[in-house]
Amino acid sequence: MNRRNFLKTAALGVGGILLPAKDSPASVWDAFFQKYYREMNDKEKKDVVARLEKEYEEKYKKHIKVKTNAPLPKVLYGYGLDLSRCVGCRRCVYACVTENNQSRNPQIQYITVLQFEQGEKWVSDLEESNKYYNPETVPAPEHFYMPVQCQQCEKPPCVKVCPTQATWKEPDGIVVVDYNWCIGCRYCMAACPYNARKFNWGEPTIPVDEINTETHYLGNRPRIKGSVEKCTFCIQRVRENPGRYPACVEVCPVGARKFGNLLDPESEIRVLIETKRVFRLKEELNTQPKFYYFFSL
Amino acid sequence: MTLLQFIRDLFKEITKGNKAYFVWLGLLSIVMLNALVSYIMQLNNGLIVTHMRDQVSWGFYISNFTFLVGVAAAAVILVIPSYIYHFKPIKEIVLFGEMMAVTAVLMCLMFITADLGKPLVAWHLFITPNFPRSILMWDVIVLNGYLILNTLAVFYVLFSAAHGREYKMVIMWPLVLISIPWAFSIHTVTAFLYNGLSSRPFWNASITAPRFIASAMCSGPALMILVFQIARKVSDIVVNDKAIFKIAELIAYAMGINLFLYASEIFKEFYSQSIHLAPMEYLFFGLKGHTLLVPFTWVAMVFNLTGFVIFMSPKLRNRFLFLNIACVLVFIGVYIEKGMGFVIPGFVPDTLGEIYDYLPSYIELSLSAGIWAFGAFFYTLLLKIAIPIYKGELSFLSHNMRHSLRDLHKPAVH
Repeated sequence: MNRRNFLKTAALGVGGILLPAKDSPASVWDAFFQKYYREMNDKEKKDVVARLEKEYEEKYKKHIKVKTNAPLPKVLYGYGLDLSRCVGCRRCVYACVTENNQSRNPQIQYITVLQFEQGEKWVSDLEESNKYYNPETVPAPEHFYMPVQCQQCEKPPCVKVCPTQATWKEPDGIVVVDYNWCIGCRYCMAACPYNARKFNWGEPTIPVDEINTETHYLGNRPRIKGSVEKCTFCIQRVRENPGRYPACVEVCPVGARKFGNLLDPESEIRVLIETKRVFRLKEELNTQPKFYYFFSL
Repeated sequence: MTLLQFIRDLFKEITKGNKAYFVWLGLLSIVMLNALVSYIMQLNNGLIVTHMRDQVSWGFYISNFTFLVGVAAAAVILVIPSYIYHFKPIKEIVLFGEMMAVTAVLMCLMFITADLGKPLVAWHLFITPNFPRSILMWDVIVLNGYLILNTLAVFYVLFSAAHGREYKMVIMWPLVLISIPWAFSIHTVTAFLYNGLSSRPFWNASITAPRFIASAMCSGPALMILVFQIARKVSDIVVNDKAIFKIAELIAYAMGINLFLYASEIFKEFYSQSIHLAPMEYLFFGLKGHTLLVPFTWVAMVFNLTGFVIFMSPKLRNRFLFLNIACVLVFIGVYIEKGMGFVIPGFVPDTLGEIYDYLPSYIELSLSAGIWAFGAFFYTLLLKIAIPIYKGELSFLSHNMRHSLRDLHKPAVH
């Protein structure tokens, strides 16, 4: 680093400490003292959303809608993943990144697809897995795949440990993060048994033309450097009425991904739990995931 | 005599000294300034300038933090003999132990701040504390409480000395009585921080808290023995050899317990050979060709064992050469064992079985060095003003009275 760059960095740093001065003072003040999402009333939510939308518009020159849809009544989301069908194509991974506006550089992905050699140990010992597989075509012969993402635990260890309550479980069962309230201590990442929580180590970047402009405050709105994020079952989609499937479910070319309301006895997810052989990952930790792996064949 | 004048006297005290004193402070300042540059770069670019990643999400900062909580807690090893057993040689220096605790807690808080992704909004902790569910919130409370307790104790003793009187036990007793269990609590809570996570088998061992306490009673006192010897060389502080040898004896017991607890853990993992052996294997032998921490682990092991042997033998530990070697060995040994040697294997292999080799980046190293330099700087200044106050040379009393008091202390020369 040369001297000029250093001085520039130093000046920015001091500026960062004393709060940026180039924005209008009022909005900077509002942003810094923004309240905890769960303590905002409807009017405050509206004001915050308006400010955020303005901020995003300035940054991306695009209108980005930020929704605050509340949970639907009598809904508890559950997820099913058919290990018999998954071919390890990772389309879910990329669909998720585009849908949820994850940072492309540094790269953040919510879904990790693990590849195992047939006959290798798996399920409770994942050390033989390979997540960096890269063959010409999938599925690679003599291999099988197990995608892992947030298991939306009923007893989420990440929520228990968060010192500021910046992450919590919503009434519809989705574990969410208030990105503005997170202080970036990363205790939740240490507590999560599924590697589901991702940290914005650097300034998140998204190509402007790839931004998904339909967002939710607790979901895919643009993120902040230094805060934690995670899969929200595409909260911006599933809380619509009528609800839409999460992007990973929609994109899966082999139909390995199932999604529905655990409280509805007629739902696909309930039927598969009751009629297929299902298991949950790391059951011994008693986190009670709402993410069910099953075998259709 | 006014407060203003007293403060002026304190300032004068800090700004006078020999060449070595200013060279020392100057060197520390350079290290601190360099750390400030690193921190500014980290604030601007994010924690991506560190080598931490999603797989190993805590690293060198949290390792140092964990180690220093132990150093802070170790003040208790002076507090108990002096106030409970009235052991005079240690009672004379307990103040300097408490000052070390204050310094160590301040350093802990700085390491935590260095590790935060968004330090500017750390005040959220006090708006919506997740108490009593989050152990991190407990840690915030016990650490700050310990800081306040020790600051009060130090302040009160110096305040009394500055007024030329003995401190009153009526006031000291409650402070002492609270601070003893509190010292254990800070390290227990810090251990529980890790201990409570079922996702990380390496940390999820019930022996963690006892191990933390035992190793703290080695590294903290070892540091004290070294620092007190330096202090009595360069200042007119009196540290009785008896105090030093008593502390050395206590380290021998603590190290014995520490090694026993560690051995219990090693036995359990290696004998039962479950899949949870992996982190321990990574530490001692390496995993699938990843051997980054192996040399460190063995260095720590050899240092702790050698230190233990020296401490165990009264003949050896009562000779300053051997004592000092043992103190350095134990300090480094515990620093590795309980710093990187404890924090990193919690993340290796990660929860999905990946092995990510972590060593701190330049930014992490330089920033951490700066926090250590701050500790040394702060403690030096504390000693610089505390010693003359303690000895009655610097006080609220009028100059005349002070001189006559000092003459009283001096042996008559005729």
